[in-house]
Amino acid sequence: MGKNTFGYIPVTEKEQEEMLKEIGVSSMDELFAHIPDEVKLSGELQIPSGMTELEVRRKIEGIAEKNRVFPVCFRGAGAYRHFIPSIVKSVISKENFLTAYTPYQAEISQGILQTIFEYQTMICDLTGMDASNASVYDGASAAAESIAMCCERKRKKALVSETVNPYVLETIKTYCFGSGHELVIVPEKDGVTDMEALKELADDTTACVYIQHPNFYGSLEEAQEIGEIVHASGARYIMGVNPISLGVLKTPGEYGADIAVGEGQPFGLDLAFGGPYLGFMACNAKLTRKLPGRIVGQTTDRSGRRGYVLTLQAREQHIRREKASSNVCSNQALCALAVGVYLSAMGKEGLKCMAVQCMSKAHYMAGELEKSGFEIENGGEYFHEFITVSEKPSEKVLAVLETKGILGGYPLDDHRILWCCTEMNSKEDIDRAVALAREV
Amino acid sequence: MLVFEKSRKGRRLSLLPECDVEVVLPEEKDKRKLALHMPELSENELSRHYTELAKKCHGVNDGFYPLGSCTMKYNPKINEDMAALKGFTDIHPLQPAHTVQGCMEVIKTAEEYLCGITGMERMTFQPAAGAHGEFTGLLLIKAYHESRGDKKRTKIIVPDSAHGTNPASAVMAGYSVVSIPSGSDGCVDLVKLKEAAGDDVAGLMLTNPNTVGLFDKNILEITRIIHECGGQCYYDGANLNAVMGMVRPGDMGFDVIHLNLHKTFSTPHGGGGPGSGPVGCKEHLAQFLPSVLVEGEEELSFVKPANSIGELKSFYGNFLVVVRALTYLMTLGKEGIPAASKGAVLNANYMMHKLKDCYTMAYEEVCMHEFVMSLSDLKKKTGVSAMDIAKGLLDNGIHPPTMYFPLIVDEALMIEPTETESKETLDGAADVFRKLYEIAQSDADKLHAAPVKTPVERLDEVEAARHPVLKYDFNREK
Repeated sequence: MGKNTFGYIPVTEKEQEEMLKEIGVSSMDELFAHIPDEVKLSGELQIPSGMTELEVRRKIEGIAEKNRVFPVCFRGAGAYRHFIPSIVKSVISKENFLTAYTPYQAEISQGILQTIFEYQTMICDLTGMDASNASVYDGASAAAESIAMCCERKRKKALVSETVNPYVLETIKTYCFGSGHELVIVPEKDGVTDMEALKELADDTTACVYIQHPNFYGSLEEAQEIGEIVHASGARYIMGVNPISLGVLKTPGEYGADIAVGEGQPFGLDLAFGGPYLGFMACNAKLTRKLPGRIVGQTTDRSGRRGYVLTLQAREQHIRREKASSNVCSNQALCALAVGVYLSAMGKEGLKCMAVQCMSKAHYMAGELEKSGFEIENGGEYFHEFITVSEKPSEKVLAVLETKGILGGYPLDDHRILWCCTEMNSKEDIDRAVALAREV
Repeated sequence: MLVFEKSRKGRRLSLLPECDVEVVLPEEKDKRKLALHMPELSENELSRHYTELAKKCHGVNDGFYPLGSCTMKYNPKINEDMAALKGFTDIHPLQPAHTVQGCMEVIKTAEEYLCGITGMERMTFQPAAGAHGEFTGLLLIKAYHESRGDKKRTKIIVPDSAHGTNPASAVMAGYSVVSIPSGSDGCVDLVKLKEAAGDDVAGLMLTNPNTVGLFDKNILEITRIIHECGGQCYYDGANLNAVMGMVRPGDMGFDVIHLNLHKTFSTPHGGGGPGSGPVGCKEHLAQFLPSVLVEGEEELSFVKPANSIGELKSFYGNFLVVVRALTYLMTLGKEGIPAASKGAVLNANYMMHKLKDCYTMAYEEVCMHEFVMSLSDLKKKTGVSAMDIAKGLLDNGIHPPTMYFPLIVDEALMIEPTETESKETLDGAADVFRKLYEIAQSDADKLHAAPVKTPVERLDEVEAARHPVLKYDFNREK
């Protein structure tokens, strides 16, 4: 025991000798003899020695303990702490799902393929759209990919509202740096997209307009009217949505969106310091063949039994290479599975109840903070996030909460804080946090 | 049956307490009117639904999985335990720096290990997958050329043996692709490479060992040719499992690389994701890296590189995948990492040796961690294709090799056993391959009809693509 030289390798020294003999070489080094000496590493790797499982466990547990888990959290801004039913982890830790590859061999992958088909159905049902892919990396990359879906020869300009999550905007910028598509920011006015500016900017070179609803500040946009302006210019309308909100809010489909995308993390995925999460992408029927990434379709086998396969692969990189619609070749299958289990566990009523609780608690907290001398910046309707403005320095307010195990809202600047409530925040927690903030 | 078909109105789980504040609803104009069809089941039914589906999947845990270029090695269980620690799972990505020192330490330590293994200076963990890493790496190259005011470089050279993601990523990064043919030995044709190299070339994308499982001996010459024309060299880390501790991409002359933590570093593939595709680079490219890097010794902090290309996604990457990979790296260390590569190469050569008297090898010489067979002759003689052999393997509990890749080999089957398989498993699998070879001669129809023991037989892919059914139709319910 001690140093780990096994690397999970079952072949014993004796077997190794037998195998080398059978291959017809005298030593392991002979198998690497064709690598020129001048590129070979001289000496050993400059990394620490291996450790036994017990040592590794102690070491990593020690690292995890250096992080602080906050019992109460009012921070969102793109990642949300929600309740995760026990069944979600039970299902996603099943090794048949966990240790499988992309379901290329459909006959022995029906389980995974069916869970993706169910996921696609749920995403379409939630968003009111016609077709969904099997998911992409996260909400921000989904947003960037959705813009690429819309750009074409005569329409290469993407308009993105200033009110979207900053990570989403930065990711779109990076993808545009690659593709060469033009990106124009539609300014905000009073915390929502400036409609007059949008009207001026949307023209016959505009490929698409991307807005977030509820936006980064939690506010609802004039989503219907924006859609009408976008379509009048002949561009496509993309909505980034928080999936939890769709339990009560109008769907992108109802608002007239052509593409709906979003961050799937609120649906049963851990905060996990930012990932893995999942980006969902759904669109209207006309755009189906422009969707990037994996898509599962229903079909039949030779005996007429219903089954599922990866389909519409003519879009994809392994067939089309440089002509592919995107380089995406994986999806977040295990995360999509978690979403499917989560939504099945919540059910129709559970999801509505969850959305209502998020919205109600945020409004309760905002009301209480308002009574305590904080001003609420959101002018119109908001969902489960809102901004407070106060004379009190943001860092000071948050530091006081932190001493009591409460992760307060996200500081936007010295005096503005973006708060978030979910079903996890009890009235008691909210009252306690507000009382602490009042005393600062 | 689909979960929707099992749904019965009124069934549910008991999950949330009553709302303890006054209920607030959106205004009428913003209220959802569209019906919602989330399934309604009890927890027992739900649990059984997924157990039934899990039985219809084949993971590494279910049996041999020699899927070439995918490195389907065993996924150690301690990795899962470490990734499930509450001190990692319940951390908000936007917490104050002093409350996430442990997360930063994970990233910093993983970076140190992986830079040591690859010979790179810095590494970002933001890319979520290999293809995402390729795109990132190419943007670093683009930013580098632009920073020098060099705008004439519009091309990326990609060998015809490369993974399909390489050319697709190059196009996403705004480049045109120059595909160069491989030589008869499956390696880069130096004459063709020299012809393609010029002052319009931004870079070269290469994997070494290449996709036919051979180490390109001319690698120093190849990277020199590209550097001399002013280009940058990109290393696709798909095949790193062959050479860890033997050769480092940095020493081969590569400027930027991506790794696949879900291949080489034992994190599970999850049925297609989540993976992690960290990108490492030499010093001259580090200023362009995306996201933030961890700096500091005692007190760690996030620092944005001076001329960063920006963000590739939200936050810092698939963090829990990095935790799993770090657990593996710490377990193996400087002794276990080279042992893994040696084991992978031994197993591949052993298996190739066991099969080469009946199957035709695309390349006869000593292979690295994988090898490619061409079933072209077998197909001509018996009508049995690579696909038929693959489907025959399914009836024998073996996941087939990668089929019809690389494109430069006709009727290709690409086999990568990995180091975590035992000699008995390899012997058993070789017997199955040999048995199928016999059946191809004696009863080809049996293989055309395979598989028959799986939950479904061969599926009609043409019909699926021609008349796409991509979701369940709730209107079909009465």
